[in-house]
Amino acid sequence: MFGLDKKDTSLFFLVVVLVALAPFLLNPFPENSELAQFNAGYPDLMQRFLIFGIFAIGFNILFGLTGYLSFGHAAFLGVGSYAGVWMMKLLTMNVIPAIFMSVVFAGLFSLLVGYISLRRSGIYFSILTLAFAQMSFSLAYSVLTPITAGETGLQLALDDPRIIGVSAVDGSIPAANLFGLPMRESFELAMGGWLFTFNAGYYLCAVVMLAAFYVAIRIFRSPFGMMLRAVKSNQQRMNFTGVNSKPYTLAAFVISGMYAGLAGGLMVAMDPLAGAERMQWTASGEVVLMTILGGAGTLIGPVLGAGFIKYFENIFSKINDNVLYEWFSALPDGLADVLVFVIHPFIGKGWHLTLGIMFMLIVIFLPGGIMEGIERLGRLFSRKKKSETPSRAAPAPAE
Amino acid sequence: MEILKVEGVNKSFGGLKALNNVNFSVEEGTVQAIIGPNGAGKSTFLNCMIGRLAPDTGTVMFGDISLTGLKPHEINQVGVSRVFQTPEIFGDLTLLENIMIPALAKRDGEFALHAFARVDQDAEIRDKATHMLEDVGLAEKKDTIAGSLSRGDKRRLELAMCLSQDPKLLLLDEPTAGMSRADTNNTIDLLKRIGDRGITKVVIEHDMHVVFSLAEKVTVLAQGTIIAEGKPEDIKGDPRVQEAYLGGAHL
Repeated sequence: MFGLDKKDTSLFFLVVVLVALAPFLLNPFPENSELAQFNAGYPDLMQRFLIFGIFAIGFNILFGLTGYLSFGHAAFLGVGSYAGVWMMKLLTMNVIPAIFMSVVFAGLFSLLVGYISLRRSGIYFSILTLAFAQMSFSLAYSVLTPITAGETGLQLALDDPRIIGVSAVDGSIPAANLFGLPMRESFELAMGGWLFTFNAGYYLCAVVMLAAFYVAIRIFRSPFGMMLRAVKSNQQRMNFTGVNSKPYTLAAFVISGMYAGLAGGLMVAMDPLAGAERMQWTASGEVVLMTILGGAGTLIGPVLGAGFIKYFENIFSKINDNVLYEWFSALPDGLADVLVFVIHPFIGKGWHLTLGIMFMLIVIFLPGGIMEGIERLGRLFSRKKKSETPSRAAPAPAE
Repeated sequence: MEILKVEGVNKSFGGLKALNNVNFSVEEGTVQAIIGPNGAGKSTFLNCMIGRLAPDTGTVMFGDISLTGLKPHEINQVGVSRVFQTPEIFGDLTLLENIMIPALAKRDGEFALHAFARVDQDAEIRDKATHMLEDVGLAEKKDTIAGSLSRGDKRRLELAMCLSQDPKLLLLDEPTAGMSRADTNNTIDLLKRIGDRGITKVVIEHDMHVVFSLAEKVTVLAQGTIIAEGKPEDIKGDPRVQEAYLGGAHL
């Protein structure tokens, strides 16, 4: 269906269902329970899951398929964000032009960076992209202040022209909207102890993310995608086979840059401001972690990786010592103190430590990321199922 | 008609003169072998022809196209394919994909942004690749990952990749290096069979058995110079060739 084969269609529909029902699925704990702080079903975080999911899907088209490891993709996200905010300042608060121009500008910038960086491969390519990203970050922070507003970050103002829209509504800045539907509009549904929030911005992100995911599946299954995998496998053979690998890698680079721009534009649509820190190398590194954690080269892995990291960043970091003492209140005082002392470095501000350990464990024991874990579990279950039914023949010995 | 004509090619690496004024030509539709002791400059010569190395002076003409200065993919696109000394294949891809890539390169050229086509629904390319795998006897393994093949099978796969492009000229760099006698004979049979397609072949080889069962003309290279050229049976008895191989003269 939709030009996808059976397996991909069912994967796509699974993702559609998960994304559509996320406000339910991510809020499994009643509002007043102790575990409510593990709920991730609030609009801000759910939007971030999808936006960074898009970022990682795009990064995976470059890194997962061609094996070119870019350490500068946050620059494209940043360029996209600035372009988006400027559209809102100059044109209209409708998010469509903002998102569109984010993609265009990120695409143009990635064409420039890619053209230069792709003259080298391997570690030199990574360093070149890193240098470009850091350069962009520094420029945005200092020299380009008239465009980027430097340290304060680019924000909307009351006296912005907004040629197509209006400068101000009732003396305040108008809200980002989609043809009049404000992005922060939410509908809350209380069911028993549970409270579910359905947010307009989230569902816009959902539609965009599903479209981006669909395009990624098509690219993976296309002759173009096969050529990209061939680049990763053996570039020398590729050249001697009559394929010019350069435009292929450049196209992959620009496509992934446009995905990053799309993510940046959506960030702006959800929250109309842009800062230089979005371009910093830690942000570029984060998308690398997301992709590897989820499973580079797999379709859905990077999205899972993005969700995993964002969940940790937002939920784990909220657990502090007081929360721990509450949990251990049943234990004797001394023991609770010891436990809190031991766990303390791993929670709250120490969430990076936990994430780092999990990342190391996954890379060492599951080099294929979360997706490899899921696959292994799947194989384990299917083997069990098979052994229940009498097996037809012993597996053929390998040659 | 001469399909390949090499004139006055020189190549030095620092002080080492690897190729010294080499003149060489190949008739269309023939099988020609280049032999020579280790370090004679055979691989350098091949690399100069294929665009991996640029000769210092001299010309390499393929029909009326000059190959000097062209990039590897451009040389392939005019109809020259190459089999490497150690098989160069796409180790992470399936056998079928390994053949589909050169077939696509032949049909769509050096770059095509078919990002929305479905590779598994391209019947033309798939059929071609499947036939090619049948031809070399790898059809039943078409969905295995190429990296897991034995060396002999990898070589056959690489040959099939080249043949799927219907090249006008096929360059083979030691196609039986490191193979068992049985595998070598299989490869010879395979190369003989594809001879029927009218593909001109240049074979670089150590193994005299292979050379004498395949080649119609043999060129002997020693210390960067061509020292003899002729029919296999003439070359066999040539004292200069025996000297070069046994290395008695310059002691």
